[in-house]
Amino acid sequence: MRSNIHVKDKVAIVGAGITLFRRRLLETPRELAWEAAKMALDNAGLTLKDIDCVVIGTAPDAFDGIHLNGEYLADGSGGFSKPTVRVYVGGGTGVMVPIAAWWHVASGHCKTVLAVAEEKMSPAHPHPQGVFAYIWDPILERPLGPNLIWIFAMEMRRYMHKCDAKKEDIALVSVKNKRNALDNPVAQAAANITVEDVLSSELLVWPVNRLDISPVSDGAAALVLASENMARRVTDSPVWVEGIGFTLDNTHWYNRELGFPRYVNYAARLAYKMAGIERPWKEIDVAEPYDPFDYKELHHIEGLMLARPCEAPRLLKEGWFNRSGELPTSPSGGLLGVGNPIAAAGLMKVAELFWQLRYEAGARQVKKPVHRGVAQAWGDLMQAGTVIVLGN
Amino acid sequence: MTKKYPGTYLKRDEMYSLPGLVRYKPTAKYSFSAGIAQTKFLEGLKKGKIIGVKCPSCGRVYVPPRAFCEYCHVPMNEYVELPGTGEIHTAVISYISTFRQRMDKPEIVGVVKLDAPGYTKESYEFAGLFHRFCGITEEDVISGKAIGMRVKPRWKPENERTGSVTDIECFEPVES
Ligand SMILES: [Zn+2]
Repeated sequence: MRSNIHVKDKVAIVGAGITLFRRRLLETPRELAWEAAKMALDNAGLTLKDIDCVVIGTAPDAFDGIHLNGEYLADGSGGFSKPTVRVYVGGGTGVMVPIAAWWHVASGHCKTVLAVAEEKMSPAHPHPQGVFAYIWDPILERPLGPNLIWIFAMEMRRYMHKCDAKKEDIALVSVKNKRNALDNPVAQAAANITVEDVLSSELLVWPVNRLDISPVSDGAAALVLASENMARRVTDSPVWVEGIGFTLDNTHWYNRELGFPRYVNYAARLAYKMAGIERPWKEIDVAEPYDPFDYKELHHIEGLMLARPCEAPRLLKEGWFNRSGELPTSPSGGLLGVGNPIAAAGLMKVAELFWQLRYEAGARQVKKPVHRGVAQAWGDLMQAGTVIVLGN
Repeated sequence: MTKKYPGTYLKRDEMYSLPGLVRYKPTAKYSFSAGIAQTKFLEGLKKGKIIGVKCPSCGRVYVPPRAFCEYCHVPMNEYVELPGTGEIHTAVISYISTFRQRMDKPEIVGVVKLDAPGYTKESYEFAGLFHRFCGITEEDVISGKAIGMRVKPRWKPENERTGSVTDIECFEPVES
């Protein structure tokens, strides 16, 4: 790691766990957190006794319907009687969890961290979209009666205009990711669909149809992170955290160019600088950009500098981002294919890089040899960017 | 990975017939103050004016106004009236309400980039508002003709204005 900052310890991921992602799960949020945490510990060959600290991520309390959801999840996440903290940056939370776990270890404060993300959206009734009503500014936005999908539609429309991209170009992301998810045993929305299926699905807010959007989900994911010494003791194939970056823009999303995600780009630059990466489009072998909507994957690929601005739709069409392509993106199946239990979905992306970089992704393993990957999430009102670079 | 993954899927009917299923509806109610800067903005709307605030340090004019410049971190007190005209940055057609019910009549909404000093044409950020559009068609949105279109606020009649963002009915094309 060619880091520009002082760290006490190098940090590695040594284990990962995940539950099924489904529209409705019987398990409570803390039961889901427990299942993922236990699987990650087993995978690392460790027990809870070996864990120094716990980091928890879960998106707005309003989804699970439990106030102080981090505290509620603490025991299921293994945080009982340990230094435990919840981090939260909206949809960016899932990648913020391993970022926070990184600084716990890099600072020398903890040798091992259990990082757990959980989301249960099924309690919100009749549909979680109602819960999103409360993220809008109460004075200037709520009186206009917005639906969450509006803001995505506005960004997508601007991106299409700026980049001369068509709806069918963008729908290819949904086709690719849902197809990739056919090989993912936890996936909720895996399917062999066509561009025509996306375009003819229910029109919600033009240009957004239902199949442009990831589904509503319950689920949990977890990672175990460890200092270099500890990591080398427990595994022959640690996956190193080489760079992290996170930034926040303001809530005035209608005061900026919506065609390019500055909030992701700044975070990516921080992460690449730490990892010593100067040409990410050449040096990154596999990527998990955040894809709650199909255009978002393209938007984020450009924010992550894996393609030039407005170049992603053409590269997508040429197969560049397929599993067999030059720079596979969302080989997991992404949020569009695996599902979107918000915080857990972001952490799922980091877990997928862990499996890819250990050549443990099975049928999902990308064709090319992999040395370095980047995962990213975005959150809030077009505001938060969270980026992590991993290497083997 | 050949292991079995935890999690017990429930069909919709199964969930709603679970033993001990609790239904709960919060009854929290709120009253939000608009604060120092936005109150000036809302007072302006009541008079049919778009009010911005100018940073003494970098010269940006902010709409909606805020009490401090986020770049320079200095207080802003110089409120200025803007013409209210601008161009459409993005526009979409909504067929669903806040709670996802189908709407009888689709609504066109989006972002207006307002004419304001302190920015260049290439600036990433700009003075602007999120609002409804009227006088433009669904076809204008889909074809892209709407983007870049010059618009101005259509005000509610003065006696119906309350100091709310809805004192502007919508933004409509300048030529109409
Ligand atoms: Zn300033």
